[in-house]
Amino acid sequence: MLNFTVKQLAAELAAKRVSSVEVTQYFIKRINALGKALNAFISVDEEQSLTSARAADQLLAAGRGGPLTGIPLAHKDIFCTKGWLTTCGSKILSNFVAPYDAHVIERFNQAGAVIAGKTNMDEFAMGSSNETSFYGPVRNPWDTAAVPGGSSGGSAAAVAARLAPAATGTDTGGSIRQPAAFTGICGLKPTYGVVSRYGMIAFASSLDQGGPFAKTAEDLALMLNVMAGFDARDSTSLQREPEDYTRELAQPLQGLRIGLPAEFFAAGLASDVARAVDAAIAEFRRLGCATVEVRLPNMRLAVPVYYVLAPAEASSNLARFDGVRYGYRAPEYSDLLDMYCKTRAQGFGAEVKRRILIGTYVLSHGYYDAYYLKAQKLRRLIAQDFAAAFSQCDVIMGPTTPTTAFNLGEKAGDPVQMYLSDIYTIAVNLAGLPGMSIPAGFGANNHPVGLQLIGNYFGEAKMLNAAHQYQRVTGWHLEMPAAARSEAP
Amino acid sequence: MALTLEDVKRIAQLARIEIEPREAERVLIQLTGIFRLIEEMQAVDTEGIEPMSHAQDLMLRLREDAVSGSDQHALYQAVAPQVEAGLYLVPKVLE
Repeated sequence: MLNFTVKQLAAELAAKRVSSVEVTQYFIKRINALGKALNAFISVDEEQSLTSARAADQLLAAGRGGPLTGIPLAHKDIFCTKGWLTTCGSKILSNFVAPYDAHVIERFNQAGAVIAGKTNMDEFAMGSSNETSFYGPVRNPWDTAAVPGGSSGGSAAAVAARLAPAATGTDTGGSIRQPAAFTGICGLKPTYGVVSRYGMIAFASSLDQGGPFAKTAEDLALMLNVMAGFDARDSTSLQREPEDYTRELAQPLQGLRIGLPAEFFAAGLASDVARAVDAAIAEFRRLGCATVEVRLPNMRLAVPVYYVLAPAEASSNLARFDGVRYGYRAPEYSDLLDMYCKTRAQGFGAEVKRRILIGTYVLSHGYYDAYYLKAQKLRRLIAQDFAAAFSQCDVIMGPTTPTTAFNLGEKAGDPVQMYLSDIYTIAVNLAGLPGMSIPAGFGANNHPVGLQLIGNYFGEAKMLNAAHQYQRVTGWHLEMPAAARSEAP
Repeated sequence: MALTLEDVKRIAQLARIEIEPREAERVLIQLTGIFRLIEEMQAVDTEGIEPMSHAQDLMLRLREDAVSGSDQHALYQAVAPQVEAGLYLVPKVLE
């Protein structure tokens, strides 16, 4: 059961060779053992999980199971989950039991999936290493001295360590793809608007998008089939015909045009990552793909643009945490203003405060045009670069990250160095395009390397097709860390 | 433009985050580094470019002005720090 995909587990459940209660108990045991050492989870509630598992077993017994019925999934603690602590990795929400479900959680509940637990994350999804969490850092299962990436570090570590067969995350500037790359698993950020943001605690609303983590591209497709869909409660949710994201998986790749942006392979890319990515691209050529060099000349501005726009949106979104309606309130204060100021000073960590301050500054009187408006104009140029590139190719490929997983503490004291670790992922969020990361081998110190695929708008099925065909002829996605290997939890 | 300690204190005040003097100095150093990165934006001429405020150029949906949802104040207020008679309690604002 240890290394089963979602699809394999679903077949076992459907054939009644195992029950959802057994599968759930198996993974919760692993979470309670190995999960503790990695600090991958914030909340585990075996009783609630087993209640849903029993309900799933009834559905399965009645022959009414779907592709995810009875499968335990780990959810990033950013998704409001009724009756579960939902902290967003922050002290300010450390006592918040969500009174309602996020749309994504509702969809998984309707599909009969089981909640295995809520995963650790960078505070309010602001971070690239999972070191900003109020609940402490998550460790990378491949190397416990290394970070798992962030902000969805707990979800990525959970799937990599085989503590859950699949998980959810959110990606504002790379928070699904970067941790997927660092932990040797698959992660997908959909086109902006495909997955509802309702009940997903907001960081930067024009960039945030939920998506799945799994071991295979095929499992990502099964997860996305449940997560995607219109929701009137999110004003940016797109009204589209439902798609079956598995529909193109089996297509041969003959003739697929892969765009390779020169900017992704320039100075700053570590040689071990470059080697693995080059080998993966060679494999795609053997599968019949053609490669073409494309240019994204404004990509170098993606990080500065992002660090204006995302903090600006965050400073507005996080204004709601004031100690009045939910969450933490400072124990002592002199008046209302003092209550706000002390609650927020004590409730937010250093990185979140930094971003609120940046956002407040760039939106303040006299600076709006120089920063916020300027960044929005550059955002348009970055999106136009992608549009031009997609006139020459079907899918863009390159490294997900400039290096493999760095060590805990290595960049924690230098925000700019930390921000630059997302240099290849951020532009995709600014443009609103879909992107994914799949394992493509190993670099120095046996740290996993991720290959990034970027699709055109609504090109998820095409990306998944390319990734699935690659996974049919390679085995990187089946590799697991030594720490995960013991079958006995 | 160079950020000053006064700027840091002012934006912390605007953001309603209490900041100790020594912390403000640390934050100034970090924000100065971040703004050095952000200033790279100024190198590109964006004259005449339409600002992009959102990933999709979409129109917000309109709906009928009809009652939707139900009164759930008891459920939602159950997670509030201090509530009385359906009201959120905060320190006195007016004497």
